Amino acid sequence: MTFAFLNIDWQTLADATALGAIYALMAVGIGLVFGVLRLVNFAYGQLVMAGAFALALASEWGWPVWAGIALCFASVLVLSMLMDRLVFRPLRGHSPAVMLVATFAVAFLLQSLALIWFGPLGKIASSLSSLNQPVTISGVDIRKITIVAVVVAVLCLVALSLLLERTTIGLHMRASSMDFQTARMLGVRANRVIGVAVLLSGALAAVVAVMLTVQNPLVTPDFALRDTIIVLAGVVLGGMNRPIPATLGGFAIGFATGLLGGALPTNQSQYVPAFVFGAVILVLLVRPGGLFTRRQMAERV
Amino acid sequence: MRRLLGAQELLGPALLVIAVALVGTVVSTSNASYFIDALVKVAIVVALYLFIGNSGVLSFGHISFVALGAWTAGVLSVPVSEKPAIMPNLAHFLRDRATGNLTSLLLAAIVGGICAFAVGLPLMRLSGLAAGIATFGVLEITHNLLRYEEGIGPGLNTFSSVPETTTLRQAAIGALVVIVVAYLYARSRFGRLLRATREDAAAARAVGTSVYRQRLIAFTISGLLAGLAGGLYVHLLPVNTESVYLDLTFITLAMLVVGGATSLWGAVVGALAVSALDSYLAVAENGTSLFGWHIDLPAGTRVIVVGALMAIVLILRPAGLTGGREFRLWPRAA
Repeated sequence: MTFAFLNIDWQTLADATALGAIYALMAVGIGLVFGVLRLVNFAYGQLVMAGAFALALASEWGWPVWAGIALCFASVLVLSMLMDRLVFRPLRGHSPAVMLVATFAVAFLLQSLALIWFGPLGKIASSLSSLNQPVTISGVDIRKITIVAVVVAVLCLVALSLLLERTTIGLHMRASSMDFQTARMLGVRANRVIGVAVLLSGALAAVVAVMLTVQNPLVTPDFALRDTIIVLAGVVLGGMNRPIPATLGGFAIGFATGLLGGALPTNQSQYVPAFVFGAVILVLLVRPGGLFTRRQMAERV
Repeated sequence: MRRLLGAQELLGPALLVIAVALVGTVVSTSNASYFIDALVKVAIVVALYLFIGNSGVLSFGHISFVALGAWTAGVLSVPVSEKPAIMPNLAHFLRDRATGNLTSLLLAAIVGGICAFAVGLPLMRLSGLAAGIATFGVLEITHNLLRYEEGIGPGLNTFSSVPETTTLRQAAIGALVVIVVAYLYARSRFGRLLRATREDAAAARAVGTSVYRQRLIAFTISGLLAGLAGGLYVHLLPVNTESVYLDLTFITLAMLVVGGATSLWGAVVGALAVSALDSYLAVAENGTSLFGWHIDLPAGTRVIVVGALMAIVLILRPAGLTGGREFRLWPRAA
């Protein structure tokens, strides 16, 4: 079945949903750290890139799939803790712009480290490529990874919201993202809450790395760089301050990118970045605080 | 007397640029290109400073205006006979025309200024993160359009056969022009008002300053200077869409932040210091020796060192090497 408009078929729709799901996970990962630290992590894509290289190395060494995924999680978690210790912690309390520029520097640093270690041509992560096989559901061919991505994203989001709503540490994290100073005064341990947020955000980056390498097995030093830029725009679009708007923003921008990219002919789809960012700018002009948030009052004296 | 004391803020940056240009004349031709490149970077970073430093609003989008300036000057100065080879799909009114060097630079500045005004008209209402992401969007859109619009430039090709007129002298004059404009702006009523909005937007509004209008003025002038710098850049080396994109954004922001974003002196010092380090590492990547040690760094070391330096400066000295203060020969009397 095909829609007449824009030539969208079910397959494109499914792929766009999967991309939206993956971007939603990245958005949550960025949003969690922003919630407690007020820090926009531009280097988030490089965490994903590190995980992807771990998967590629594991498949090069002939490791079993589970060992590759374990290596991916281990390396991303270690890297995100290092990032927290060496960069985020000393920068705590600086203005958001300074922190954004600093993570911009970290992103470029990690990217060139990858360039030195693995070369510009990159490596291939092929151990999970069987997930690219299609399954047929009522006459529509859908790749397995599309289903896996959506299911995993939903599971992660449910688990995360349970953690945030039902556990003490979740309560602490929510309190910290509303007002860090007051939360600390009421006995929330800053380093513990930030550490958990950084670890969760790293774990999500590892999940995203696994998904993205199935979709795009060639891992280069600029892997996930473009995705991060798009997701950041989506997060700001949705509303940076709260997890649900940020997630929705990430999903929306991923879905839109996937849909336009799949549905338009090549001579038009090459302009998709311009369309998407044009739309982002338009939305920001109308609602600078985000699409899915309540209007906030301007600062008054 | 006060005016004289104020002029020393111009003296430091200008003398430094002249000194660099003079040193550039005595080194070998292959090394002189590093000096020219550093002077063009000074022009770009000072253009960035004019907006970011005075307004306190982050912009990731200024390299768009550098790119547009480069495209304008490049398209206009490729000789008519060579145009079909590099730009087969060029629009008619551009195909049969070529201008001289100075005209192309002037037009580059004008195009940069007009585009900055057009972009700033809606965008200058934003602050903080929204402004950062929106200006990033501008960079993405410009890059995307220049990459695929073959009617206005070479598209995916590289701007070859642009006359390489950006000599040491021209780069130094260009950098000085940009510095003088930035100095005059910062001393003017507009510059002072914009810095007032940076320090306390609500208080500035309360005394009748339009934050939007002041930012728009600065953004336009800044885009004009960035366009000029882009023109100098395309006359220096063969430019393509990738050379006026993320990497240049990163390195110029790093220069501004390392030097100290809130002063002209910081912008110039940062641009020259990071350029010096970057050029030295570029030489070292090809193998060199220091104090008898043979150094042979792997390709990519430059970005690592510059990135690490930028992170360290941000952590230890968030106001930059100069502390964001202007150049002074003697401290201001109490």
